[in-house]
Amino acid sequence: MNIFPDIRGPIAAATNDLVDFLVVDYGDAFEAFSNVLLQALLFIERGLRALPPWAMILIIAAVALAASRKPLMAVGAAAGLWFIGALGMWDQAMQTLAIILVSVCFCILVGLPLGVLAASSRMFRRGLIPVLDLMQTIPSFVYLIPAAMLFGLGKVPAILATVIYALPPLIRLTDLGIREVDGEVVEASRAFGATRAQILTGVQIPLSLPTIMQGINQTTMLALSMVVIASMIGARGVGETVLLGLQRNDSGTGLVGGITIVILAVVIDRITQAYGRRLQRHRSAEA
Amino acid sequence: MPLIELDHVVTIFGNDPEGALARVRAGADKKALLAETNHVLGLDDITLSIEAGEIFVVMGLSGSGKSTLVRHINRLIDSTAGAVRIDGTDIMALSKKELIALRRRRIAMVFQRFGLLPHRRVLENAAYGLEIRGLPRAEREARAQEWLERVGLKGYEDRYPGELSGGMQQRVGLARALAADTDIILMDEAFSALDPLIRSELQDELVALQRATGKTIVFITHDLDEALRLADRIAILKDGRLVQVGTPTDILLSPADPYVEAFVRDVNRARALTVDSLMQPPALRLSEESIGEALAAMRRTKSDVAYVVDDGRFAGVVTKEGLERAAVTQGTGEAVAAVAEAHPAVTADTAIESAIPTLLESPHPLPVVTEDGELAGIVRPESVSEVLVSERTQADLVETATAGQEVGRRADIDSAA
Repeated sequence: MNIFPDIRGPIAAATNDLVDFLVVDYGDAFEAFSNVLLQALLFIERGLRALPPWAMILIIAAVALAASRKPLMAVGAAAGLWFIGALGMWDQAMQTLAIILVSVCFCILVGLPLGVLAASSRMFRRGLIPVLDLMQTIPSFVYLIPAAMLFGLGKVPAILATVIYALPPLIRLTDLGIREVDGEVVEASRAFGATRAQILTGVQIPLSLPTIMQGINQTTMLALSMVVIASMIGARGVGETVLLGLQRNDSGTGLVGGITIVILAVVIDRITQAYGRRLQRHRSAEA
Repeated sequence: MPLIELDHVVTIFGNDPEGALARVRAGADKKALLAETNHVLGLDDITLSIEAGEIFVVMGLSGSGKSTLVRHINRLIDSTAGAVRIDGTDIMALSKKELIALRRRRIAMVFQRFGLLPHRRVLENAAYGLEIRGLPRAEREARAQEWLERVGLKGYEDRYPGELSGGMQQRVGLARALAADTDIILMDEAFSALDPLIRSELQDELVALQRATGKTIVFITHDLDEALRLADRIAILKDGRLVQVGTPTDILLSPADPYVEAFVRDVNRARALTVDSLMQPPALRLSEESIGEALAAMRRTKSDVAYVVDDGRFAGVVTKEGLERAAVTQGTGEAVAAVAEAHPAVTADTAIESAIPTLLESPHPLPVVTEDGELAGIVRPESVSEVLVSERTQADLVETATAGQEVGRRADIDSAA
């Protein structure tokens, strides 16, 4: 006896119909959106690749120093980048860095407002949390297929896939950070006649910035972990090298790509964390 | 017209405050409402008025609704029923914009845990109220600077709140409220988180600042000593209900019910009460009489001592024996003021505690004078003990005394056996 009604057929068929419908009827809209994202990415990528490596190394070292106020951190970051160059991965690393930058900016643009909304409305948060869970658990290949159909192969679907996977922690931590702001400080702000916007920009966001920064750090790390998958739909960069090693059964090439990703991850992680720690200084009452 | 008025304010917390209101109207108290409907009765039909320029203290234990009450004045909490009026305008009817204007212009607030912005320097914190109002940086910081200096924080402008002690942080909170340039300041347990020494220091400064600025202060506390020290008037709250409103002396000398009585029992009355609560009219007061007339008056009233007033001011005392001697040496026609002996006196607003040494050394009942030196009355040493000991304590004393005698008697019997 069969206790299972057949819902597989209808679900799959409906999804395919929906994607077809979107491609046919809204293809132009998707393309326009895709173009904006692509232009931003190309702009950043061209800039990063046009810079001579020594200048880039200096800039990263300066950023590391500014974020951490520790000279050793700057030296470490510079050494890491130099090592990437020595591995012959400089160009790929810059392409990857461009994708990461665009993805993370996109995440902040979307994630910060959603996090603020979630913190201010319990109903909204209740609806949002399952969606975030879904975004983090559903295998990325599932949405790569329709993304590739809607946006074509290449960089844009790669960025979108990265955003879907990397966005949730930023929203969650923004929401948490704002809800954890000392209620009495918010109340004081209200008592002195602050508007909602003044409370948000003058109290809630500045005071939750260390937590939001943690979210940005997490999002960046998750974005980096997506580079290999992203390269499967045509994104260039370090992921491509790893993929190449995989396809050619060339462990050496794979390892070179892997090391590059790890170095990039460590450098970005240390810089954002050091900045987050410095933000923390005066923000908790006990500090 | 009073500055701030609460008119039959009822506030209920829960999912359906309107629905629960009917039960409160029918007489349900806090406990009953919680048990029956799971709603918390915050304020139960509060009606009171606060005059401009007074320090009005709201006192009660935790959960009595005092913090809830003060938050109605700037509408951080909305009431379920009733009206809250400032200058006669019902603020429950204000639009969002008007409410924000009210908070910016009329009402500042000081918080128990200070409520300072930890990521901003002391100066920026003190200027916060003005910043919200949109004053340019230079102007708001100049004003904030002025107030920081007045509360004793000169030199700390560039520190962060986290680097200051609790007392200093609360001074920043106070400067922020004063700099906001409002005529009303709400203070919610403002000194409760501070050490006793710092606390009494700030209490004195607050009173001095209030006298200097004439601002209306609504002060919340659970500490009766603090209430008595600061208040022009005190309101006592219990379970969201108003139990008594009155001057500190009213509260101490005629507590409205056993709850207030229990509250005031442990108070150091000698410190809280002033001499005028002990004052009696002088038995005999002399001014322009001659020595002969004075002697006659003293014999008539059977008094041994009289208080002499010269040109409206207290001039000293004369005793019967002294006058009799003067009548012999200087004649009875001399004015009595010429022979009055100097005598210590206290002013009416002296705390009893500080008057006691003078009172004990004084050979005669102690004269009390006004600030202008007029004779207001006298204090007899025996009246001190009557006021200092509350009625309940007196009853206790009698009981213990009888019990003691009982024990003593039994001991006698035992030893006889």
